[in-house]
Amino acid sequence: MSSYNIIDHEYDVVVLGAGGSGLRAAVGLSEAGLKTACISKVFPTRSHTSAAQGGISAALGNMGEDDWRWHMYDTVKGADWLGDQDSIEYLCKEAPKAVLELEKYGVPFSRTDEGKIYQRPFGGMTKNYGNGIVQRTCAAADRTGHAILHTLYGQALKHNTEFFIEYFALDLLMKDGECKGLIAWNLNDGTIHRFRAHTVIIATGGYGKVYYSATSAHTCTGDGNAMVLRAGLPLQDMEFVQFHPTGIYGHGTLISEGVRGEGGYLVNSKGERFMERYAPNAKDLASRDVVSRSMSIEINEGRGVGKDQDHVHLHLSHLDKSVIENRLPGITEAARLFANVDVTKEPIPVVPTVHYNMGGIPTNYKAEVLTVNGSEKTVPGLMAIGEAACVSVHGANRLGSNSLIDLVVFGRAAAKRAAELIKPGAPHEEIPETETQKCLDRFDKLRNAQGDNSTAELRLAMQKTMQSKCAVFRTEKNLEEGVNEIRKTYDGMDSISVKDRSLVFNTDLVETLEFDNLIRQAVTTVDSAYHRKESRGAHAREDYPNRDDKKFMQHTLAWCDGKDTKITYRPVHNSTLTNEVQYFPPQERVY
Amino acid sequence: MAQISLPKNSEVNKGKYFKDKTGSKNIRKVNVYRWDPSTEENPRIDTYEVDMDNCPSKVLDILNKIKNEIDPTLAYRRSCAHGVCGSCAMNMGGKNGLACTKPHAEIDGDIEIYPLPHLKVKRDLIGDLDGLYKQYQSIEPWLKNNSSKDTTEIFQSKEDRAKLDGAYECIMCACCSTSCPSYWWNGDKYLGPAVLLQAYRWIVDSRDDERKARLKKVADELKLYRCHTILNCTSACPKGLNPAKAIAEIKKMLATANV
Repeated sequence: MSSYNIIDHEYDVVVLGAGGSGLRAAVGLSEAGLKTACISKVFPTRSHTSAAQGGISAALGNMGEDDWRWHMYDTVKGADWLGDQDSIEYLCKEAPKAVLELEKYGVPFSRTDEGKIYQRPFGGMTKNYGNGIVQRTCAAADRTGHAILHTLYGQALKHNTEFFIEYFALDLLMKDGECKGLIAWNLNDGTIHRFRAHTVIIATGGYGKVYYSATSAHTCTGDGNAMVLRAGLPLQDMEFVQFHPTGIYGHGTLISEGVRGEGGYLVNSKGERFMERYAPNAKDLASRDVVSRSMSIEINEGRGVGKDQDHVHLHLSHLDKSVIENRLPGITEAARLFANVDVTKEPIPVVPTVHYNMGGIPTNYKAEVLTVNGSEKTVPGLMAIGEAACVSVHGANRLGSNSLIDLVVFGRAAAKRAAELIKPGAPHEEIPETETQKCLDRFDKLRNAQGDNSTAELRLAMQKTMQSKCAVFRTEKNLEEGVNEIRKTYDGMDSISVKDRSLVFNTDLVETLEFDNLIRQAVTTVDSAYHRKESRGAHAREDYPNRDDKKFMQHTLAWCDGKDTKITYRPVHNSTLTNEVQYFPPQERVY
Repeated sequence: MAQISLPKNSEVNKGKYFKDKTGSKNIRKVNVYRWDPSTEENPRIDTYEVDMDNCPSKVLDILNKIKNEIDPTLAYRRSCAHGVCGSCAMNMGGKNGLACTKPHAEIDGDIEIYPLPHLKVKRDLIGDLDGLYKQYQSIEPWLKNNSSKDTTEIFQSKEDRAKLDGAYECIMCACCSTSCPSYWWNGDKYLGPAVLLQAYRWIVDSRDDERKARLKKVADELKLYRCHTILNCTSACPKGLNPAKAIAEIKKMLATANV
């Protein structure tokens, strides 16, 4: 049995993660008078929200008529009808309020001539239910995420949020199916901390790092998702992984969809604007899954550019210099640094790159975590928000600029719901020591692992498997290979090695714990993909090219115990939240 | 005579030497500062021979290569890997910068990698920025606007918004402050370029109603006027910002306005 000194804390609410959604929740919780701790493995402004570029969607109508119902229709269609329309209604209706609130917090949005928040066109965002392009994506140049993240951190400081920074969360503390808190390791001094809380809000972001090439940060390891799996709860729709059309070839750095929003376009080796063939109306502003697939087809059919004909070009040199300077300064810098390209003269080499996880911890629109036991049930004491959550508003494919709005709308919703449920200062229940012990045993085992496989080797094997077996196009054969191969890597954990024995900033151990988190999500992702025998949104099966609403208008739920998974389904919600809008029945999805 | 004694761990020893095992003909020596407070040992410089034929172009790629292939115990911060999160700020070849954007080809000879200068070290390349973060909090980095309407936005002209350019982009990496000799000397009282740039960002935001109070708050011999226009900050900024100019603007506002 492992023995560690444990430092105990009691809070009304613990927010795990300090990106856009975690900070927004923390601000709301502090406003509501709840004693709140915000725990993060990185300093808040280092969170990956900072990398969001193009903008945040909301039907403000600053640049032409707009309506939240149009936004809702676009989101439902973008999601390929896998989104829950009650949640999508909530998202789109609350969006304008949430953006105005950000503006009041001080976000330095770009401006129109009248001094209003500037909005740009974005993929899949249309007016009047698919009839023409609308300008709905509110932008702070091409650094919107950075601007929002820093502003929200300022708000959290204003509200004296208690931060626990550079603490690595290990596991949730569960009792009779309810969440009672969590355990975290303080990297600064090596101590172990147990947080009791009436509610834990998971805001740990996505898990892009299961793939080899991703726009995600090194820290995007979905730690909260894995904690939920270890707590015996399911993850939802994990097969839906978004490939962003424009990651810089060879490096993976994101080039914002805003480039195409401002008039940039994609070109193949023949100099053709090939998107005209795949999406005659929206062209380069079709939704991301459509554009990524089209690029992959162009490359697979031999019309890619470069020595290996394995990428395409993104042109923006025809744009007005002032547009590039004022609205796209960040990507100009990124293209120079990582592709050695002067965007005013040359195209950027780009390739579809893993970018976002539509799947995650199932929740309702109040951010309460769901599980299924006969019927849909909430898990008391547990909430999830942001990319970690699957509300599900993004369904099978998220529209660009819908993620930032998701962060703030549901961060706010979580705080509101927690304030309804929790009486500030209510006493805490005892948690059985066995929960703590179970968590520390896993920690201790990995800490003292003396096997032959380095974490870096296993991680690379996992990433290569996911990249080749669970990519833009999928087949029964390669998914089956993926299902088997990923388990071999999982088995490699039995003989993993950790060389660093310190407890202070032992990043060898951090990466090993992160790998333990990643591999579970890799297993659930490839298994969920294997079982979904249809094509929908980002999940494109060559052997099942059509959407199958009869069988699969359902959310996948995946439980994972070690490398054993259990897959079941729950129906997509087929009603709206209020009668201010009608349910959008499934249609064929063309752009 | 006053006895000046340096802390024990200020003496840096020669550390381990990791010889190349790949047989590569294209090797660079990388010297890295190492220190773990949980041991009794002094800091040391470990030397790694790195195969440059299979290493992408940035200093962070070298560090990742060392960590993944040679020595997993090396500790450093990193996250986004494209210059927006500010995690991997460190001193490379004698200059502060972000490891993820700094090309190693720009460094001649052996590559020296140290934590940001003049910070307490938490471990290896990880500096202690807690003091700087507290100073950041002290300038109250949030909008103070007295308008009571929640439902409408506060309008801002394009010209007013343009005043924030060059200030809001700061990623708080601390490359500037930790390159400033004045901050090295008075880092506990002088706010330093990173924090003053943020103070400036809120002072010039046309939506903010507390401009005068903000100016007054920084108008202090130590907080502000320890800036002696050395300009290391501007030369260090990996985002091409100009904190020295922002500080000069604050001084100018104080000199010309009736605050």
